[in-house]
Order: sequence, then C-alpha cells, then structure tokens
Amino acid sequence: MKIQRSTLAFWVPFIGLLVLVQVLSSVGILSNFWVTLLKIGAVMSIICLGLNLIYGFNGQFSLGQWGFYAIGAYAGADITYRWTQLHSASGLVVVLLVVLLVALAFILVSKLMSRLRGLDTLSGFTLYIIGLLMAAVIAIFIGRYLINPITNLLNLLPLNIASQIVFFFAVLLGGGVAAEVSYIFGFPVLTLGSDYFGIATLGFSIIVKVLLDNSDTLLGFEEMKGARGMIGIPKMTSWIWVSIFLVIVIIVTRNLLHSTHGRAIISVREDEIAAKAMGINISQQKTITFVLGSFFAGLAGALYAHVNGFLHPNTFSFIKTFDPMIIIVFGGLGSVTGTVAAAFTWALVLEGLLRLVLPQGFETWRYVIYPLLLLVLMLLRPQGLFGTFEFPYLRQILPPIFQPRNSAKPTETVNEIPGDGA
Amino acid sequence: MTDQPDPTLQTMLEIKGLTKEFGGLKAVNNFDMEIYPGELVGLIGPNGAGKTTIFNLITGIYVPTRGIIRFKNTNLMGFQPHEITQMGIARTFQNIRLFPNLTVLDNVRIAYHIHAGYSMVDAILHNRRYDQQEKALTEKAQEFLSVFNMHTRQGEIAKNLPYGEQRRLEIARALAASPELLLLDEPAAGMNPKEVAELMDLIHFIRERFNLTILLIEHQMRVVMGICERITVMDFGEVIARGTPEVIQNDEKVIEAYLGRGAAAISQQLREKRSHVA
Repeated sequence: MKIQRSTLAFWVPFIGLLVLVQVLSSVGILSNFWVTLLKIGAVMSIICLGLNLIYGFNGQFSLGQWGFYAIGAYAGADITYRWTQLHSASGLVVVLLVVLLVALAFILVSKLMSRLRGLDTLSGFTLYIIGLLMAAVIAIFIGRYLINPITNLLNLLPLNIASQIVFFFAVLLGGGVAAEVSYIFGFPVLTLGSDYFGIATLGFSIIVKVLLDNSDTLLGFEEMKGARGMIGIPKMTSWIWVSIFLVIVIIVTRNLLHSTHGRAIISVREDEIAAKAMGINISQQKTITFVLGSFFAGLAGALYAHVNGFLHPNTFSFIKTFDPMIIIVFGGLGSVTGTVAAAFTWALVLEGLLRLVLPQGFETWRYVIYPLLLLVLMLLRPQGLFGTFEFPYLRQILPPIFQPRNSAKPTETVNEIPGDGA
Repeated sequence: MTDQPDPTLQTMLEIKGLTKEFGGLKAVNNFDMEIYPGELVGLIGPNGAGKTTIFNLITGIYVPTRGIIRFKNTNLMGFQPHEITQMGIARTFQNIRLFPNLTVLDNVRIAYHIHAGYSMVDAILHNRRYDQQEKALTEKAQEFLSVFNMHTRQGEIAKNLPYGEQRRLEIARALAASPELLLLDEPAAGMNPKEVAELMDLIHFIRERFNLTILLIEHQMRVVMGICERITVMDFGEVIARGTPEVIQNDEKVIEAYLGRGAAAISQQLREKRSHVA
C-alpha cells in the first residue's frame, strides 16, 4: 500500500515526540512531575476529542462529558483494584459480561423498536431500561461461574503480563460502560434542542457526582469508599499506554470524519432540517456521535484513574465539566489539531509552567491568570487558537477537479446547460 | 376537461382532505391535490396561504391533523422526514438551506450518504471497501456537479457562493438524493430577472434530464405562468381555484385574493368592455 507524504509528515514527528518523552523519562532527564503532567495532557486530549466530536462536529452542546469520564474512571479502577488488591478477576469478568450482554440487549431492543412505529420516547426508554436490567442480572448470574476459571487462567501467566492484560481490558471496559450509559441516557435526552440538551447533560454530571459520593452505601461498592476517595488503584498508566490510546483515538476520529458518516455527523451541525431533507437520520447520527464521544471520555477516565492511583468524587465535580469545554473552544471547535494542542497546553501551562513561574505562595494566582488569558484569547481569536486549521494528514483533501470523459459530448452539454451565468 | 390528465394513470402524489391546525388556526383546510408522473404543477397563493405548510406536511416535518398523503400508493403518515426522502421525495427551501460551512462537493456528497455502501466500521478502518466506495461516491458527486457546470467550484465554501449559484447548488443537492418527485419552494425568491430566466431554463432542463415530477411554489407570476402545466391556487389554507395558467389568470377569485376586491371588480369591468368591443 502506498503511504502518502502527508501521513508520514504527521505521524513521524508525532510518534517521534511520544518516543522522545519516553526516552527522556527513562534516562531521568524528564522528572516524574512533568511526565505526569504530560499524561494528564494526553488524557485530556482524549476526552476533549470526544467532546469535540459531540459539540464541535455534531453541534450538540454537552456538559455531561465529565460524568462519563467519572464513570470510566471508577469502572476501570474497580477492575484493576479487584485484580491487584483482592487477587480476583471478578471485576473484569462481571463488567465484561455486563457490557457485552447489555450491548446485545440494546441491539435487540432497537430492532424491536424499529418494528414498532410511533412509539413515544419514554416508552422506548422504559424498554431499554428493562433490557438493561435483565442483561445485567443475567451477566452477574453467569459471571459467578466464570470468575474462578478466569482468575486461574490469568494466574497461569506471569503476574506482570496478566496485570497489563487486565489493565488493557479495564481501560476498554471503562469506555464501554461510559458508552452504554451514554446510549441509554442520550436516548430520551438527545431529542431535546441544543441548549436544553446542555442543561440535561449538566444534570447528568451532577447525578454522577452524587452517586459517587455515596458509592459505598447507595451503590454497594465498598472498595470505592464513597466521599472518602478510592485508594489502592495500581499506578499502571505508563506513558506508552497513554500514547497508544491517544494515537488510536486520533486515527479513529480522523478516519470517521473523512467518511460519509463523518459528513453526515457534520451535516447535523450545519442544518438539521436540511440534513433531514437529504435523507439523513439525524437522531441516529446524534446518538452515534454521543456514544462515541462518551466512549472516548470513558477511556480517558480509566487512564486517568491509573495515573495517580487515587480517585475522589470532588475531582468529578460538575464545575470541572467546563474544563474540556474550555479546551475545545480554546483550541478551535471542529479542529482535531487544535484540540490536542490545547489539551497539552492546558495541562502544561496551568499546572506546570505557572506553578514554576509564580513566586512561592502565589500558586493559586494561576486561576486568575488563566481566565485572563482565556478572555484575551477570545477577544483576539474568537475562533480558537487553530480555528478550523488541521495538519495536512487530518485535513480533508479535495479530489482533483472532474474532467468530463469524452471531449465531444461535454461541450454540447455545457452549451445546453442553463444558468451558466458567467 | 382537456387540461386534466388521463385519470387512469397512477398518481405520483395524492393528497386528500389534508388539514393542519396550529392551535385554533387552520393553516391548511381540506386540501386536495393529485399529481401525475411527469407533470410540472404550480402551487400559488398570497403570503400566509399555507403553501409551505403543505410542503412541510408532504415531507413529514409536520404531522397532519387530518387527511391522507399518498406517494405512489404508499401512505406517508407516520414516516420520518429522512424516510420520506429515501422513498423519493426531495425538496428545496424558501430560505436557502445549504450546509453553509461545507464545500460545494461535500454538500452534494452528503446527499449520497444513504447510498454510500460502506459501514462506519469500514470508515474507521479505512479498508479497501471504504476506498472503493468513497472513490466511487466522490466521482459520482463530481460528475453530478459537472452536469450543473459547478464542478470547477467544488472546493468553495457554500456560503461564499453568489445567491443564484446557491439556489442552483440547492437544487443540485436535492436532485443528488435521486428523487422522483421534486418540491421547489419559491426557487425564484430574491432573484433578478436574468437569474429568473436562468432558473426557468434550469427547471426545464432537470425535468427532462432526470425524468422528474415537479411541484413548485412560486410568487412570481412570470415563472408560474411560464412553466407550469397546471396550477392550484390557495388562500387562507383552502383551494380557491385550479386549472391551466390561462384559466387561472382570468379567475375572479384569484385576482381578488391577490389584489383585493376592488381590483377584481375593475378587472371584471375591463373584461366586459373588451368583450363588448369584440
């Protein structure tokens, strides 16, 4: 297969940078502090790419991204916690089964719904909830019989490798759980207009935070320790893992946007009524984008959980839901390049640079400088740092101008074409 | 009547007793209409007569209060707008609704979405199926643009096009969805006489080329009288007259609706005088 120059021009420096960071940190030049900040930057990039899909490309103003981030974080953390602390694969097995069976239930319910025409949204929602609960109960029931065999199977492998496998699945399942929650939550809520959708998703973020505050009592996950914060999560998010997931997310986003499905997603942002008139099922497009964006948020959350090894519900307070929103506006709505650049800038400048630059005792002033910077930027460049600029690889390339096939016919057609008022 | 098409023909669109109420207001009341394959039918009436409401009812954006809309013997009740488009009804809008920030080419390519022929997984993997289908789709769209002589402007952002071109692109985009019935909502609105003449040629051209049935809403009498074979006139949500352009031009009710009662009386006098002289 021929690899295009723009592809190389993008990936060689990008992967090079990722490798450079790894090398520098292994040699010891880059301190742990900066590596952690870079990891946070990469995690932020992933969650913001998800939000940019939802808001920047599909035009749905969502403040729920932080809620899905939290769900992903706790789901992922629970799986690895059970593996390292309790030496059992119970988290992995049950969550995996729940995710698979619930996905199956959703597919079945949506098949059923397409046959029942004119069903109102809330009845549909109820059907989904019933499907979800049934699938979850079955999953837990089957899971009981599978926990021991799978734990034993994983124990056959060297501990290190087994842990990495568990971690990989934990991250994927964090995304999966977030995606499924977003599907069922989005089903009734995505029918709302854009502003109302924003308020509804803000409500979702608040609900998630409250549930996490009471996760040990209300939800019955004692290891999450509710408002005291979850400790004992293995710090497994290495720079390599974050890089791999970041690269995958960028590729998926880019490839999706450069296809007819990406154009359908963007058409919803441009003009919903015109999109409908072009035969595009806009509620389907909204759902797909919302679920994919939330999946990215869940991935990011699960990665974040293993950076510090500590989770606290206050990290997922709804105020923070504005961080990704600020980053994507700062970087440029509808720009993948801008989103990634802004996310890293946000992490490095806010927590890193300003902390070093500001004199002792004035660290909290960064929350004065940062909003001021935002204000100035919005006044000078309202379209964001990058606007809709993209690196050549991420940019959509126009095909060469069409040349009519045989030379005799087209001149004829051109002449008879009306409206050529040049 | 000679101006009526053969009744044994199968109708393309059949509307019976269509009523739409917004609260207490009857926007459309007991509206009937039949369109046969290959016809070019005009729908006219003063502002607020309910013409655009009819379009919105046909395309599924509004749900009728009462009445039946049949497209090729399928009842359109309960279908979503995108499903109706997929059945073969495309439309343009009174105030142009392009995808303003996308290129000319993408505007047309979006219309091909339903026939894209590859799934989202193919798209994410960028596999061979994606390459082939996407290439075919793009070529189809480019070829289509060349029919409208817009293929050299494929990279331009739609909102930067001049007004007449935007109209042309909107019609091209609607046709890219490969409809059998095309609904044009005031295509000549805001156009200068030269652009109007071009538009009339364009409508004739697409009708021949794509074998279309067209329903047209228009204000400018010149356009309607010039190209339509049959005309239905509406006022306050009700049909007040139908027939060929010549019949409509001399219909008293129509003149009254457009110009007021006084004008109708004057035209009546004029006509009497003329017949007296003759």
